[in-house]
Amino acid sequence: MSGFQIVVLWSDILVWLLLAAGIGLGVLISRSPPLLAAWRRVGASRPGMASATVLLAFVLVGLLDSLHYRPALESQPGEQTQYAIEVLSVLDALVGPLRTENEKTYSSPLATHLHAKETTEVPGVGTVREFPRLKFGGVHLDDPAQRGGDVAMTALRAVGLAALVWLALAALVAARCGGWAAVWRGRTRFAWNAVLATLGAMLLVLLPVFLLAGDYHVFGTDKVGQDVLYQILKSVRTALIIGLVTTLVMLPLAVVLGIVAGYFRGWVDDLIQYLYTVLNSIPGVLLIAAAVLMMQVVIDTHPEWFATAAERADLRLLALCFILGITSWTGLCRLLRGETLKLRELEYIQAAQAFGVSNWRIILRHILPNLMHIVIIALVMDFSGLVLAEAVLSYVGIGVDPTMTSFGTMINNARMELGREPVVWWSLAAAFSAMFILVLAANLFADAVRDAFDPRAA
Amino acid sequence: MLAYIFRRLLYALPILIGVNLITFALFFIVNTPDDMARMQLGVKRVTPEAIEKWKADRGYDKPLFVNAAAGGVGTVTETIFFEKSVRMFVGDFGRADDGRDIAREIKARMWPSLAIALPTFILGLFVTVSLALLLAFFRATALDFWGVVLCVALMSISGLFYIIGGQYLIAKVWKLVPISGFGDGLDAWRFLILPVFIGVVSGIGSSTRWYRTIFLEEVSKDYVRTARAKGLAETVVFFRHILRNAMIPILTGVVVVIPLLFMGSLLTESFFGIPGLGSYTIDAINAQDFAVVRSMVFIGSVLYIVGLILTDISYTLVDPRIRFS
Repeated sequence: MSGFQIVVLWSDILVWLLLAAGIGLGVLISRSPPLLAAWRRVGASRPGMASATVLLAFVLVGLLDSLHYRPALESQPGEQTQYAIEVLSVLDALVGPLRTENEKTYSSPLATHLHAKETTEVPGVGTVREFPRLKFGGVHLDDPAQRGGDVAMTALRAVGLAALVWLALAALVAARCGGWAAVWRGRTRFAWNAVLATLGAMLLVLLPVFLLAGDYHVFGTDKVGQDVLYQILKSVRTALIIGLVTTLVMLPLAVVLGIVAGYFRGWVDDLIQYLYTVLNSIPGVLLIAAAVLMMQVVIDTHPEWFATAAERADLRLLALCFILGITSWTGLCRLLRGETLKLRELEYIQAAQAFGVSNWRIILRHILPNLMHIVIIALVMDFSGLVLAEAVLSYVGIGVDPTMTSFGTMINNARMELGREPVVWWSLAAAFSAMFILVLAANLFADAVRDAFDPRAA
Repeated sequence: MLAYIFRRLLYALPILIGVNLITFALFFIVNTPDDMARMQLGVKRVTPEAIEKWKADRGYDKPLFVNAAAGGVGTVTETIFFEKSVRMFVGDFGRADDGRDIAREIKARMWPSLAIALPTFILGLFVTVSLALLLAFFRATALDFWGVVLCVALMSISGLFYIIGGQYLIAKVWKLVPISGFGDGLDAWRFLILPVFIGVVSGIGSSTRWYRTIFLEEVSKDYVRTARAKGLAETVVFFRHILRNAMIPILTGVVVVIPLLFMGSLLTESFFGIPGLGSYTIDAINAQDFAVVRSMVFIGSVLYIVGLILTDISYTLVDPRIRFS
């Protein structure tokens, strides 16, 4: 590869903005003692930190997949460099063969042969019906019968490597936090034992998978021969964007309108209440369906807006986030309105009003900080629901662009596979398991955050 | 009470008008009928005549709000807004792209939807409330802890997995019930078992956990302590005191969805080939039949508002402290 041209998609900008916002929020929190104390409680929660470790791994994959470029094509010296049409990401470059080494069609996990028999012409023998060898999976083996031993050896090496890496990490943590015993018995303020245990489990599973992925299709290949593991990795970014960017759309609406309605009351309150009652009374899926149908019309009638297919898929993803955000802010808004109604009657707000502090300043300095816990809880609670919703919407045909890899499109493409003989189960199993792990981690993390922030639970 | 219900219905009217305006804006102002025609006809067949014919077939060739050419009352009535939006209030939804009357289709398809949704709803409520009561009864024990863990795991599984996995295992591998389809009259029960079962199972995780929190909130209240102090048995405390009081918050979430049961479930109906309103909606979405989607949005909102009114009424029935005001 001689060069590349950096491509910045809109969703990339939002992803990195979100990261920056997260860091900024972290700085703000470290200055506010009550919020910092609450986060310390999250840090001390073992399920919370174990799930946070898993989530971080997902976020890392998503971030790597959010740096896009177009590789330069081979060109003669003196010619102007041409760039490929397809947009790649850093993740694509890192996983190399997973993206490029495609088979002809289905092959089961770790297979050396295709899943279905094919008729081939063998010189001197005539036509033979057999399972053809794969182009990539296990191609380094002279005899496919050696596969079992080879897989076991690679896995064993990976487990050994995992143990070494883990021991090094554990030693580092133990050295910093006052010895092994303190870490294991849970006497550290941060739940290091949970983090280390989760890391150990992840290394034990992931290292063998990635070492084996160099020679095999670990989770098999799909109908067009694409590696399922690669698709899973690519789906992570879509799921994260749906889960996070949507809240980014929803949050300002819910916070501003909720506080304004509760604080000013009167006709403003009536208007905002009317607005969210109307939106709320349309069943969610139907409103999303109607909005997405209309968005499709806009996209289809304006092909000139999009330079590449990736850009179109990208904008469609953002539009979906926008639509999901518009349809889901009502619950949080109602909650914040009710809470603001209570807060504005408290003495310290009345004192501020008596001193002649302006309304906006009261909202910013006195009301908003006291609503932060509700906002943070709502943020983490919504994430898992949105990831699950994406799969359903994509299945119904009102989700992300069909060319974009996501858990929903994977499931949608594989919907008929369980009906085949013999059964093709790996695509569905891999997509559902990855989604389950992501959503479970998000749910556990959300519970830890809620327990730490909810004043009623304390 | 009648006066109260009448007043609530009057309040509902502006909300319905709002829903109607939003859907109208979404379907006719964000995109002009010309755009929709171009999209549906495809790139190859787009000629000005074809677009005009497409619009005329659907009655989209009229002006949006004001038809000056018609004169008289027609200035207002012979417009897209009046014919497509205002007439929904009297139950006239126009025709689908295949030429059938949408209102009649809805009346016919409502019953299969209800045949699945109603048993799922009742059984699901019974199962989840019982499980939640069990967990709350054994609160702070190993059973409670692992029960909650199981609930979190169950609610982390995609709804699609329950349907795809259940259909594969029960209908295809074990061959206990037909994979999909629907029968007339009482014969339908064979087709109903699996979707109802899957519907109940997929709801267990989140509902049980939610009801458990409600029960636990009641457990820590003063009247419960009083009941125990009187020497009542724990079972009596639970079934006579806690269950009845916890029914109030449970009702809020439950009564509001009852009218929506008519709409059926999009996923279940499309997977099991049930000719209900859910699969009608999905087919309309896939075929981009805008008239049907618009009608379903309107009906969904009407049913939701009816649900809200029913919730208020049910409050007064279970909680004597709440009076109509």
